[in-house]
Amino acid sequence: MAASQIIFIFSAALIIASAVMVVSSRNLIHAALWLIAALFGVAILYAVLDAGFLAVVQVVVYIGAIAIMFIFAVMLTHRDMRDSGVQVNPGWPLAAVLSLLTFGGLFAILSKWNGLGNLPAPIPGTTNTLAQLGLALTSPDAYVLPFEVASVLLLAALIGSVYVAMNKK
Amino acid sequence: MIPLNWFLYLSAALFSIGLFGVLARRNAVAILLSVELMLNAVNINLVAFWRYGNTASMAGQVFAIIVFAVAAAEVAVGLSLIYSIYRRRGTIIADELDLMKW
Amino acid sequence: MNFLSDPIKVISTWLTSLLTGWGLSAGLTSVLLSLVGIVLMITAVMVLDIMLVWVERKVVARFQGRLGPNRVGPYGLFQPFPDIIKLIIKEDITPDGADKLVYNMAPIISLGSVIFLWAVVPIAARIYGADLNVALLYMVAAGSLGTLSIIMAGWASNNKYALLGAFRQVAAMISFEIPMVVALLIPTILTGSLSLQVITDKQSGGNWFFLLSPLGALLFLVSAIAELGRSPFDLNEGESEIVSGYHIEYTGMKFGLFYAGELLHAFTFGGFLSILFFGGWHGPAASTYPLLGVFYFVVKAMIGYWVIMWIKYTVPRIRIDHMLMFNWKFLTPLAFALLIVTAVTNSLLKGSSFYMPGMFLSNFLLGWITIEIMRFSSRKQRLAVKAPEPAVQH
Repeated sequence: MAASQIIFIFSAALIIASAVMVVSSRNLIHAALWLIAALFGVAILYAVLDAGFLAVVQVVVYIGAIAIMFIFAVMLTHRDMRDSGVQVNPGWPLAAVLSLLTFGGLFAILSKWNGLGNLPAPIPGTTNTLAQLGLALTSPDAYVLPFEVASVLLLAALIGSVYVAMNKK
Repeated sequence: MIPLNWFLYLSAALFSIGLFGVLARRNAVAILLSVELMLNAVNINLVAFWRYGNTASMAGQVFAIIVFAVAAAEVAVGLSLIYSIYRRRGTIIADELDLMKW
Repeated sequence: MNFLSDPIKVISTWLTSLLTGWGLSAGLTSVLLSLVGIVLMITAVMVLDIMLVWVERKVVARFQGRLGPNRVGPYGLFQPFPDIIKLIIKEDITPDGADKLVYNMAPIISLGSVIFLWAVVPIAARIYGADLNVALLYMVAAGSLGTLSIIMAGWASNNKYALLGAFRQVAAMISFEIPMVVALLIPTILTGSLSLQVITDKQSGGNWFFLLSPLGALLFLVSAIAELGRSPFDLNEGESEIVSGYHIEYTGMKFGLFYAGELLHAFTFGGFLSILFFGGWHGPAASTYPLLGVFYFVVKAMIGYWVIMWIKYTVPRIRIDHMLMFNWKFLTPLAFALLIVTAVTNSLLKGSSFYMPGMFLSNFLLGWITIEIMRFSSRKQRLAVKAPEPAVQH
């Protein structure tokens, strides 16, 4: 078994276990911290997939900003910080059945497809995927428009969230 | 070398766990946490298809970056909505926010 | 191959031949060698950290007109060891109602986030952990783990002061991350790379980026101090207001880990300042003799660290609203203006003989304009306050 496979199994176990804890943990701060563990595992997977830039951005954006925002939100919206009641709906068995069905359906569709055992072609040593990504994001015949739209979206979200959360007195 | 299906099965599992969270959790913040899991499952798929497909075209990574931006925007707006609701109604349990329900 | 010209390569080839001679497979040997390298690196950094305790205490004492530790060993040089023994034998308290796992994880992550940084630091020619092509972003990522550890500590301590300190610090760190990232982009524009190796190599021969972008170096220094949570931005601790903030409940070695992390973080940012703007390990004869490069690097990092300490023990703490206002209304706009000016000047003058003076002048002009704007606005504020005074005369 190659080293990359061992890393994959380790991080996949980390992701799945933490994701289960995210949806089942009673303490919401713990759920947010488990989310961070899961996102960290995803960052490791990006590194395994030769997308180092995405791995680092995952840590900066998700762990550095989003997860901390979640922790703040949990702290701001808790009457007392240890809210330890039942955290799931009464209809949770139905949700479990639905999500199992989703997984089963995806599994069935995936196992019928014949491109599954594909192995990645090695990236030639001369190509710099980081530079390629930068060019793709800024060249007019590639993805500059979606990139700029994304930045407008972020600005709109910034203004909108400030407006919504502002205390209007 | 890792076969492609490992990534796809992992992301399917992560997506289903996130779906369970969205459907079953009562707290609105926890629902947003689960949405993040689902978005990450999508991102794993995008990056895996980029790596196992044509690495010269950066489509997969670019889409993943746009998903990052959308996730950040979604969390910002979502959390401020939740906070605003909490200030007015004193609760963020999704079942109790039934003002529009008859 | 000469030991003096490439020590790491010589040691690793010797160890590889030794281990494969014992019948280990090549893959296992490379994994083992990486592990040895990691352990050696961490050990070296931690030993350095122990000495930093002495450096910090001695330098503080000089700034404050005292003698500092001077009883244990020559110049008090062995003072850190009694300190450590004291920390280890102290009672290890986990407060009632604390979240045990999170509480105990926080100091580990705090120190770990600093040690992570050393994976990408180019210590000398051919001596480095890894040459990541996204090293600068990696640095920001490790910093965000540090933020996480602070909020974990603040929340898990189950103490209001700790939580207040953590809130303050996280608000400050997240906002000061923006000017820091923009300041990091300036060496990136000048070199066209995010790799620290490339950034250091472009500065060989005294061609320091400090000369091209003094304002960028200053911005990085200020935002780094805020990121470190050191005075004047040490609102997370604020001994006189919130009795040392997020680590109020930590005792013994857990507190020691936070303290060690803080010292090492300051030293590491001194190192980054030297790498990004002062040529890193480059110096006379450093590329042929890497061990000399190590010496230059440590000296430059120590000077950066000394500047950070100098500011820490001279400037009083400022208020949280002033600090955030300073960031959002001054530092961030200035950083973006500097980024635009640097990018435009760089693309206009690249390759011409006016490159260096042009860059320096553009920075100088921007700094001057900023000072003029500041003078104008502070005068307006002063006038606004003074206006109602003459009303009492009869």
